[in-house]
Amino acid sequence: MPAAFPPPAHGRPPALPNPPDRAGPPRVERGLVQRNLAWARANLFAGPWNTLLTLLVVALLLWTVPALLDWAVFDATLAPADIGLCMERGGACWAMLQDTWRMILFGPYPPAEHWRPALAVGLFALLVVISLVPAMWLTAGRRRLLLAVWPPTLLVLAVLMHGGVAGLPVVETRLWGGLPLTVILASVGIAFAFLLSLVLALGRQSSMPVVRIVCIAYIELMRGVPLITLLLMASILLPLTLPADVTIHPYLRAQLAFILFFAAYMAEAVRGGLQAIPRGQYAAAKAMGLSYWQSMTRVILPQVLRMIIPSMVNIFISAFKDTSLVIVISMLDLLGTAKAATSNPQWWGLFIEPFAFISAIYLVVCSAMSWYSRLLERRYGTAGAHD
Amino acid sequence: MSTALRRDRLPADAPAGAPALPPFWRRPRARRLFWQTLLVVLLAGAFGWLAGNVHSNLERSRLAFGFDFLDDASKFFMGPNPYGYAPGDTVLEAFLAGILNTIRVSALSIVLTTVLGTLLALMRLSRNWLVAQVAWLYVETMRNIPLLLQILFWHAILTHLLPNAREAWKPADDVYLSRKGLYLPDLVVGQGLTAALLALLVAGTAAWLLRRGAIRRRERLGHAGRLRWLGPALIVLLPPLAFLGAGGSLGLDRPVARGLGFEGGRWVSPEFVALLFALTIYQSAFAAETIRSGILGVRKGQIEAARSLGLKPSLVFRKIVMPQALRIIVPPLTSQYLSLTKQSSLAVAIGYPDVVRVSVAITSDTGRAVECIAIIMAVYLTLSLLTSLAMSVFNRRIAFVEK
Repeated sequence: MPAAFPPPAHGRPPALPNPPDRAGPPRVERGLVQRNLAWARANLFAGPWNTLLTLLVVALLLWTVPALLDWAVFDATLAPADIGLCMERGGACWAMLQDTWRMILFGPYPPAEHWRPALAVGLFALLVVISLVPAMWLTAGRRRLLLAVWPPTLLVLAVLMHGGVAGLPVVETRLWGGLPLTVILASVGIAFAFLLSLVLALGRQSSMPVVRIVCIAYIELMRGVPLITLLLMASILLPLTLPADVTIHPYLRAQLAFILFFAAYMAEAVRGGLQAIPRGQYAAAKAMGLSYWQSMTRVILPQVLRMIIPSMVNIFISAFKDTSLVIVISMLDLLGTAKAATSNPQWWGLFIEPFAFISAIYLVVCSAMSWYSRLLERRYGTAGAHD
Repeated sequence: MSTALRRDRLPADAPAGAPALPPFWRRPRARRLFWQTLLVVLLAGAFGWLAGNVHSNLERSRLAFGFDFLDDASKFFMGPNPYGYAPGDTVLEAFLAGILNTIRVSALSIVLTTVLGTLLALMRLSRNWLVAQVAWLYVETMRNIPLLLQILFWHAILTHLLPNAREAWKPADDVYLSRKGLYLPDLVVGQGLTAALLALLVAGTAAWLLRRGAIRRRERLGHAGRLRWLGPALIVLLPPLAFLGAGGSLGLDRPVARGLGFEGGRWVSPEFVALLFALTIYQSAFAAETIRSGILGVRKGQIEAARSLGLKPSLVFRKIVMPQALRIIVPPLTSQYLSLTKQSSLAVAIGYPDVVRVSVAITSDTGRAVECIAIIMAVYLTLSLLTSLAMSVFNRRIAFVEK
């Protein structure tokens, strides 16, 4: 089983080892300073080699951290200013972000209406966070409530973004960009790819040879080519494969490429879970008189999904990061708007600041996802396998 | 359909009170046949429809499907490259140069990723708290920032923050670092290269045979004999001797500043360096986690047993931990290297002439979208297949040690 079930790639920071004197003879109570000294001796200065390493790292930190702080804080230009003052002070030009952050976050969306995508992303994030709290889905009633809340909320968010009702001016989808576009591409992509992956994984395990071969061929083909090929296909090849009078919105084409691509990777994760379920579970479900679909949805898949939380979340994280690839087919997601900000003539030559800004967004979202996956895994992950 | 149904009948020795056969749509075999036929028909229909559309669309723009355009002259401009490709050569040659560029950057990045990833894994496992924390911070940061963002970042650094070609940095004689990239003196080998390579092959084979003999001798007699230096010495000495014997000569092709740039020498483009840096930094964070979990996967008893036998810590690591950890590490690391190779295609965003970039340029020159996409897919599928083949051979070799 361990082979089918690699340890999660996201390790947690190493726990502090026990103080070395723990196993020793009981002594009188010692103060905070002594305990800390003992910890430092065991973890920083254990032997000459270890001490040398510590000194090396300290030297490295002394060399880099002050320079970084100088750049980011002490020499930085915070107040509204122009690029000349920034260049003079030599540090980070946060003034540029004050000027461009709304453009980076919302792209070409009309500035007067920026509150709408901001509210939409905020509401979406709130709904996601609420849905992720375990207490919200541990009972069937609350699960039904969540399922009932999601579709109308999504509809409201879409209306909020698009407008056209209640006096909101219409904002065409080609003006959507920045963070909302990244969030839409990632969340819609993940949701549909997940559903498709369940079908593909079950198909790959099917006893019907044609179904199995089709699913294997699809999964291996998708996993064998880079995502960029799929995006290029969606933007160059897809129009060629449709009748001349049919056109598909560029956003939908990119979205389709993401769904088709990540479904293959998710299907492999699901397959890993399916193979790790003991045969007895399948047999028991059959003995209960459950049909194939009943036994899958009631018995097998719930256990599989618990098992594959870590690998699934890793795929979610890479899907979120890989939405940035749409800049290759000239769509303006978060990375696209940041890149556009670097070619702003008013702030010519500054690129570290916008890149640092969106890096922080990606870092926070991805770290939060992996932190949540570790939490789920600790609480519920392996419990299913032993029930 | 009828043969399939007949086999569904109950066996002849079924009890007399057996229930009657269910109607044919409830019988498993019939349903399986139905669903599979339906799938085939649907897929064939969809593909036929798409192919028909492609055909009529191509006809309208007076293009025919075919790979004959590979022999036409290509307009793609690649800049100085080690393959001698220049605009005006055939499209096929442009593709080959692009494929070689993909392989070059991926192979180099795989080597560097392995080194950096192993170092980071060992740092994270270090007993030194500070070292472990630094490695943890690196891993958590680098793998959570999109690769494309890192590629654009390094490219911007190399093309914005470095000096102009006229004020290029000169870290050493004939080495120039500027926004135009890195120019190095190039080694020009006259004749004698073939002789040197042949000699290397001979020396390598001889050294391998000697080493096998030494191992056998040690197993029989308990010591390896006194000729242990002979193999390495052969490898070091024989090729230069053969080179000199064949009348070989070495020369340097030095870069010379000319106009707004440089001429001659070996050129390393900023795109190549940016791609290499970003790929290596991003992937090594993942490799570090794979390697770390592999090392942690070796059972504690193995290490304790080795220690109690009196092995030195370095020997415990080399002879006990590493061989067992490799068995856990190699399969996931293989798929990681495959994804690295595929991710090198992000080069298209900064204009590094890899196979995807070449293909996009040629598509816009010739309009052969279907063919170009097919070529990219074929290239990556072949690379994937070759890598997993090579890795499975390696995997079999290290897994075989188990008794």
